[in-house]
Amino acid sequence: MRAEPIAEEALTKDTETFPRELYWRWLEIMLRIRLFEDASYQAYLQGKIRGFLHLYNGEEAVAAGTVTAVREDDPIISAYRDHGIALARGMSTRAAMAELFGKVTGCSKGKGGSMHFFDREHNMFGGFAIVGSQIAIGAGIAFAEKYRKSDRVCITFFGDGAINQGILLETLNMAKLWSLPVVFICENNQYAMGTAVWRSSALHHAGGLYRIAEPFGIPTEAIYGMDVEEVHRAVSRAAAHARSGYGPYFLEMRTYRYRGHSMSDPGKYRPREELDDFRARDPIERLRQRMLRLGYATPEELDNLEKKIEAEIDDALEFAESSPYPPPEELWRDVYVQENYPFWKEE
Amino acid sequence: MPRILQMREAIREAMIEEMERDERVFLMGEEVGYYHGAYKVSEGMLERFGPTRVIDTPISELGFAGIGVGAAMNGLRPIVEFMTWNFALLAADQIINSAAKILYMSGGQFRVPIVFRGPNGYAGQLAATHSQAFEAFYAHVPGLKVVSPATPYDAKGLLKSAIRDDDPVLFLESELLYSLKGEVPEEEYLIPIGKADVKRPGKDVTLVSFNKLLHVTMDAAKELEKEGIDAEVIDLRTIRPLDIETIIQSVKKTNRIVIVDETWPYMSVASEITYQVQKFAFDYLDAPVRRVNCTDTPAPYAPNLLKEYFPSVEKVVRAVKEVMYYTI
Ligand SMILES: Cc1ncc(C[n+]2csc(CCOP(=O)(O)OP(=O)(O)O)c2C)c(N)n1
Ligand SMILES: [Mg+2]
Repeated sequence: MRAEPIAEEALTKDTETFPRELYWRWLEIMLRIRLFEDASYQAYLQGKIRGFLHLYNGEEAVAAGTVTAVREDDPIISAYRDHGIALARGMSTRAAMAELFGKVTGCSKGKGGSMHFFDREHNMFGGFAIVGSQIAIGAGIAFAEKYRKSDRVCITFFGDGAINQGILLETLNMAKLWSLPVVFICENNQYAMGTAVWRSSALHHAGGLYRIAEPFGIPTEAIYGMDVEEVHRAVSRAAAHARSGYGPYFLEMRTYRYRGHSMSDPGKYRPREELDDFRARDPIERLRQRMLRLGYATPEELDNLEKKIEAEIDDALEFAESSPYPPPEELWRDVYVQENYPFWKEE
Repeated sequence: MPRILQMREAIREAMIEEMERDERVFLMGEEVGYYHGAYKVSEGMLERFGPTRVIDTPISELGFAGIGVGAAMNGLRPIVEFMTWNFALLAADQIINSAAKILYMSGGQFRVPIVFRGPNGYAGQLAATHSQAFEAFYAHVPGLKVVSPATPYDAKGLLKSAIRDDDPVLFLESELLYSLKGEVPEEEYLIPIGKADVKRPGKDVTLVSFNKLLHVTMDAAKELEKEGIDAEVIDLRTIRPLDIETIIQSVKKTNRIVIVDETWPYMSVASEITYQVQKFAFDYLDAPVRRVNCTDTPAPYAPNLLKEYFPSVEKVVRAVKEVMYYTI
């Protein structure tokens, strides 16, 4: 797939603009994610973060456009590339960075790490590291909402790699059969580790990944995921559909990840030009340009926001650094809800 | 007032009572509704609770197990029925990677109060894919609880506890026991998870078993009685957590133990009990621990091979005589 270039008219077209504050909110979320990811990249190189670290650079518009298009009480669930979605949802940069550092002040008390960001308060039902597993869980979260006759919608994210997991087909079938209020969002960043979509998915050659939902009768669209306005519009449509009781909706967000799959991946499997090509369509730069053209921002205001977020990230790093590791008894806590579970302890 | 109920009726009563008591409880699985359950366990439940609470699923074990996990994370208390535990292997990812881990990985923020239940183990000449006992397999996993009852009374009381439990509970039943009859009181009762039950007191040897082999073990105890051997029979009822105290108390009295266990011998329930008995009662043992398991092979179809495969009264009697140093 080739993304659309940022055409001049795309920046100036005033068809259906959004309120000024929304642009600022998008920019703040996207900058927060970008700077957070850059800081975690550096902290990883310094050995302060270990394990698998999957960064979200390049995909910020998907998270930002999604959370602003749904309600705060709508549950969200994601795969392991979850920092962006959690931050967009409102998780504090402190709790997020502390989790990466393995500290007890982290969002999962230092027991989940990068791939398992959970935040009950912000209805972030977690990052899941078994490719595809959260797809059914997301439908189950939606099932509970429908069971209680609420009007909440569960947003369920997964990657292009998860398109090829059987659980997706099982879940699409049941979600449609039972009219579950779930919006499936496939973040197609073109790669599953080193495997390009065109090498793993026959669907890619048959019109696109989004078509997987068609035979189930689920409305489905491919969206240009580097444009936060497009994302926001699409998710608004999809959520309204699910919220009104019409059942699931499917969106394929076409986006790109700038970094390697994880920190150990130099990304040799993709041509440099491809990366440059996408960087030239950077979602944050695109949004900045758009805000300037619309007269919603001045260069100084944009700089000020960036400085504010830089300070926030510095504070998060310091917080993570100075926080304690979990105390030893945390090893045994949260295995069971039961208080006095008789663990086997060799002594 | 005790009544005589079949095992399937006792399990059904437990589900009905808990669904009446708590709106968040629902039943989902293959054939549980219109077909009344592959083994008629849920007969009449669709008519009673309607299709929003008794849900027929497609044949998608991984998918509906995951939907159950998500529903449990989000405040409901699902009972997920597997037609048999052999088919739940397709759902093992959701049981082991999701249900057992979410509380831990979320630092205690999200609970998964779910019951996975269905028949387990040998059920006649069904051959290798339809005859497997999974107690040891799942009891290996921290975060899960594993229950494997042998009588209608225990099944009802334990299933009610399982449904009220805030942790994921795997409830392993048996096709061969669904028609077994036993006393079940009219009044409500619960049986705590994690407590074994002495089904027959005795002084000469300790026999430990669970699920359908409990009955083989009880028959063996009767045979042994004829020969003047007084066996104590312990029904584990719960595999994880293990009630080792009850076993150790008994071994301290009898000084001999035979474990009768439907899982395969290698890395079995019996392996774990053996380890714990030597650790806590080494000085009390008058003979090496002995176990009777299925053979270390897949389950065969042919009746003569199957007889060889499966634990029997004769095999248990022979093992007991060995630990009693009888010459056979
Ligand atoms: C079931 C399973 N198989 C394999 C892996 C190893 N793995 C981790 S990420 C990944 C690629 C997934 O790609 P995609 O779904 O496109 O997500 P992205 O990393 O691009 O965000 C693989 C194969 C896994 N975690 N789970
Ligand atoms: Mg991908």
